[in-house]
This record gives sequence, structure tokens and C-alpha cells, in this order.
Amino acid sequence: MDFNKIDLDNLKEESLDNVSGLERRNFLKMGLMITGLFAGGKILSVVSKVDEVFASTVNFAEEYPYKPHYSMVIREGLCIDCQRCMVACHKTNNVPEYGWRTKILEKITPDAIGRKRGFMPILCNQCNNPPCVRACPTKASYKDQRNGIVRIESKKCIGCKACMLACPYDARYFNEEKHAVDKCDFCYESRLSKGKKLTACAAVCPTGARIFGDISDPNNVVYKMVHQIEREVWVLRPAVGTKPNVFYMKATNPSPWALRRQPDIR
Amino acid sequence: MARISDERAARWGYSGVAALRNSKKQLAFMVILVMIALWGYAVGMHGKIVGYRDVYSVTREIPWGMLIAGYIFCVVTSTGLCLVSCVGHVFGYEPYMPIAKRSVFLAIVFMLCGFSIIFFDIENPFRMAVWNVISPNFASNMWWMGTLYGLYLLALCVEYYFLLEQNHSFSRFAGFMGVLFGVAAHSNLGGIFGMLYGRQEWYGPYMPIYFIVSAMMSGGAAIIFFTCLARLIDPEILDQKQERAINAVRQLTIMLICVIIFFTIWKVLCGIVVPEKYIAIHAFLVGRYAPLFWIGEVALGFIIPLVFFIVSKGVNYKLMFWGSGLMVIGIFFMRYNLVLEGEVVPGFAGLHVLEYPSVLNYTPSFHELAIVIAGVSMTIFGFMFGEKVFNGHKFQKHEVVPAGAFICPGCGGIHYLKEGETHDEAERRHHKLSFRAPK
Repeated sequence: MDFNKIDLDNLKEESLDNVSGLERRNFLKMGLMITGLFAGGKILSVVSKVDEVFASTVNFAEEYPYKPHYSMVIREGLCIDCQRCMVACHKTNNVPEYGWRTKILEKITPDAIGRKRGFMPILCNQCNNPPCVRACPTKASYKDQRNGIVRIESKKCIGCKACMLACPYDARYFNEEKHAVDKCDFCYESRLSKGKKLTACAAVCPTGARIFGDISDPNNVVYKMVHQIEREVWVLRPAVGTKPNVFYMKATNPSPWALRRQPDIR
Repeated sequence: MARISDERAARWGYSGVAALRNSKKQLAFMVILVMIALWGYAVGMHGKIVGYRDVYSVTREIPWGMLIAGYIFCVVTSTGLCLVSCVGHVFGYEPYMPIAKRSVFLAIVFMLCGFSIIFFDIENPFRMAVWNVISPNFASNMWWMGTLYGLYLLALCVEYYFLLEQNHSFSRFAGFMGVLFGVAAHSNLGGIFGMLYGRQEWYGPYMPIYFIVSAMMSGGAAIIFFTCLARLIDPEILDQKQERAINAVRQLTIMLICVIIFFTIWKVLCGIVVPEKYIAIHAFLVGRYAPLFWIGEVALGFIIPLVFFIVSKGVNYKLMFWGSGLMVIGIFFMRYNLVLEGEVVPGFAGLHVLEYPSVLNYTPSFHELAIVIAGVSMTIFGFMFGEKVFNGHKFQKHEVVPAGAFICPGCGGIHYLKEGETHDEAERRHHKLSFRAPK
């Protein structure tokens, strides 16, 4: 029987040291996709399903539908429940005391080893497929075509509250003073439209738990945080299919100061 | 009120507003009903002035409550009345013909009362009149529901006018349009719930289908209930034709109750297997909302009427009165449960955070109850007003039938015979029934 002679001198090395970064990434991506796929059926899945949140069906969006495409990344472990974001939001956007545009949820896991309390900021997810906009009979709720923010034209709101019912994230409330439903608009009216770069909550957050930016810009911090595979990124209630623009990731170690405070755009 | 000529009054069976004074007792009852309604609406206006947030129990998590349930109850019954009565005078099934006038009249009354209830739920009803027209969102079920219900009400009014005029061609056409608009509007009401993809308990095609079928069931119950009530007001209205019609409606209603029981069983079974739905189903099966489901929906809405209707055999009016009356109350609970079950489980329940309990609590406030009571009082008042002023929705008690004419056994109106025509043929010609009676 003939065997090919093994050319030991010219054998390609197959040890892990030689695997290219690209190959590693592809492999991880595949693993992530599979996990995401199996978790996909679960409501409130917390497994990374990055591809689901983009307007495009590929893993990472080739192109975002809006320019700028405002998004927020919430780094859960960093939130310390100081509630400065809530105070800033109330003040900046004249939110009455009975309502809220953003809130911090508290979760206690008594059986956990070590840390038992966790905090989770929530706000309007500015969905790419917003159920509230579809429900509104008078187009008072609409998706701003310039920046992807779900906004409300107060004078058109008839107060039927169908949008509040439609929202899976409890992001809307009826504002008696405005006689209209009110919600987070990423501070568009109060700040972004006046030239500021950050939302009030992101600007005051002392730990950098809220990172705000333009996900359509590859140089933006939000883009960089979402377009990576080392850390899990997830969205709330992915099974509903709303394609949110607020992303969540775990971060327990403080980030570099520069990233934490986004000082260049404050 | 515009004067109605004698000839027209005779054709319409119109007895004039003076007929209200025939019975002092009934007049007093009607005055009380109006006072209750005015009181309820005044309470509602108070809420509108001070702001609903302070007086209603609805919250941002449960934005729709008792008032929406009351509105749905009214419009569902209205659609049902229209659909069931149309079996007769639109689609030509004779036994159902005598109920047409009362049903269409009541459908209008229910619709108006439903609108009066939702007026107090919508925060800016006047903005609605403007922006619904100039800024419509065609993707919104809410918009379609509002618009189609408007058209539906218009079709009902036209239909009723031509029913009074005994112009059966036009009334039939208007009735057909009413069915089209009614089904479209009503399924859109179901669609509002069914197309909320953020709410697992409602999402899916079940809601619009359920709404249409349960509308017919409600319509059947309402026809039996109000005919039995009418019999209490004036026992003479229940002639042989009416009796036959009520029995036919009873049979249909029995079938529809069974269909809705079937629907409900499967809703519960499917809900049990999905964790998120299960929380809501559990709250209604054994949790804090269980009495609403078992007593309100199942006992009052299904079991008691089903038994009473079957036992009554269509001749025991007392049983049918109680059966249908309890059923109408049960149907109200059904609407209330339907609105609540999608809302009691907050969207973030699965996160197990402290801010969101697994099941939310809702109890209607005084203001919400008062407005619904007002709406219901107005409905009963409208019904009694119709019975008195339109002479029990019968045609004039014809003492003298004109030469060459006869009283139609189907609709009760006066039909004229053509030469060489039998009564049967005249009736078929008059009601545009193409098929021939078996010889």
C-alpha cells in the first residue's frame, strides 16, 4: 500500500497561535448566531441577537436607514441608581412628577453569589419597527425620517392611548399639561435640535452607563460598542420584533474616563 | 321636532311624542333613566375638567379600562343587532324579518351610547374630528375603526329610514352596506387588539374572528332581551310572527353561545402553554380576577342563558327574559375581561424587577362606573322611547286595510296586490325574494 510521504519540514502549523483574527471572529460570530437562534423563540431573551435589531438582515447592518441614526448603549453593570438621569430628564424636558420618560429598574436576586442587586435603566427604544406609530390613528406619533427618533406631534394627539397599549416597553404616558401622550425623544426638542450632541441622561451619567451616539457612523463610540463580538449586546424583548435602537450590554469594570463621560461631545 | 304628516306617520307606525304620556309609570321610569344618564355624563364632564388622571383608575400600564369595555360592549351589541336582523330583511330568511325594525333602531341607539361613553375616554375628542380627517394613518386599525363605524352608523340610519318608509329595495341595499361596514369596522376593532404585536395575550388573528362571532351572539341576546322587555311594555306587540322570529333568534343564539364557549376553551388552553400568557390566564382562572371570569363570563354569559334558552323551548318568555338579561350582563363582563387580560401582565414582567409585579391591579373608579351607567341608562331610555314613539316597532295597528292590500305576515307592513297575484307572491315581490315557496 502506498502512502504519500509526509513532508515534515514544510507542514503547515495548525496551532491556535496561527489562527487569524478574522477566522476567530467568524467562528465566534457563528457560535453567537446559533445561540441567538435558539434563544430567539424565548420572550425576553437576553442572549445576543445583534442581527435582529438592525434594519438589514445581515449580521451587522451594511447601511443604517437614517443619517444620523441615533442610538444608545446601556452598560448595565455600571448603573448605580443615583437617578441623576431621571432628574435631568424631568428638568430638561419638563416631565411632570406623575410621569417619566426614563426610569431605573431594580432587580434583586437573593440566590446570587456575590452581588445581588442590579439596576437597569429603561427608556423609549426608538424602534425601527415601532408598534406605537402603526397604532396611532392621526400620525401624531411618527418616525422622524432624518434621525430615526420616534417623535410626537402633540397637537395631533387625540388621546386615544392606543400607542400606550401598543408599546411593549411602557415608554409612554399621558401628559395632562400637553394634552398629549409624551415619551422620550432622545432630547431632540430640548437638546439635539439646539446643537447639543448628547441626551440629558447620557450627559449627566457619572459612570458612563448610558452611551449615546450615531450608530451609522463607524467612528462613533456607539457603533464601536455594538459592532464587536467580544461582549454580548442585547435588546429588550427581541421576540416582539420591534428592532430597538437602545442596546444593552454588561459592563462591571469601569471604563476609561474618556469613554465614560464622552467628554469630547459633552 | 319636524312635523310628520299623517300619511307618513301611518306608514311609519309613528305615534308621536304624545305617546310617551300613555303610561305615567313608564314615563316616570324614563325620566329617572334620563336623570341618571345626565348625572353620569355630568360626572364625566367633571372628570374632563379636572383631568382624567385624577379621577380614573387607568394608569400608564393599564391605559384602557372600564370605559373601553363599555364602549366595546355597546358597539359589539350594535353590530350584532345589525348582523342578526340582516339575516331576515337583507338576506331574505323570512322568520327573521319581523325583528328588523326594532333591531336596527336599537343598533343605532347602542352605537350612539357607545360613542357617548368613548367621548369620555378620549382625551381630545375635538382634535379627533379634525386630525382624523386631515392626517389619517391608513396603517392604524384605530383610524379604520372610527371611520368605518361612522359609515356604519350612516348606513344604519338610511336603512332605518327606508324601513320606516317600507321601501324594501333601498332598506335592503342600505342594510347590506351596513353589514359590510359593520363587519369591516368591527373586525378592525378586534384588529386593534389582534395587531398589537407587543401584547402576547391579544396578538394574532383570533381577536377579529372572535369579535365578529361574539357580536352576533350579543346581538341575539339583545334581540331576545329587548323583545321580552317590549312585551312587558305592551303585550300586544308579540304576535305570531314575532314569536316565530324570537324562537328563530333563540336557536341561533344557542348555537353562537356554544361556538363562543368553544372559542373560550381554546383561548384558555392555548394560553396555558405560553409562559407570558399563562400569567394572565392564571389570574383569570384562579387568581384575583377569577370571579370576573367564572361568575361574570362563564356563569352569567354562557351557562345560565344556555340552560334557560334550551329549557324555555322558545315559548317560556319569563325564562328567556332572565336568560337573555343575565347574558347581556355576562357579555359586559366578557368585554371587561377581554380588555383587562391583555393589560394585567406588564411587558417587563419577565425581567422580575421590583417595579413591575407579575400581575397588575385594576378596579374601576367612581367616575368610570358613573359614565358606563349613564351610557346603559341612555340605551334603555332610547329603547323605551322607540317602543313608545314608534308603536312597538310595529306598523300602524291597521284597522282598515286599503282595498287591494294586505298586511304582510313577514314584515307587518301593508303590501298592495297586483292583478292576479296571491299574497305570497306579493310578499315575495315586495321583499325582492327571488326564490319561490314550495307548493
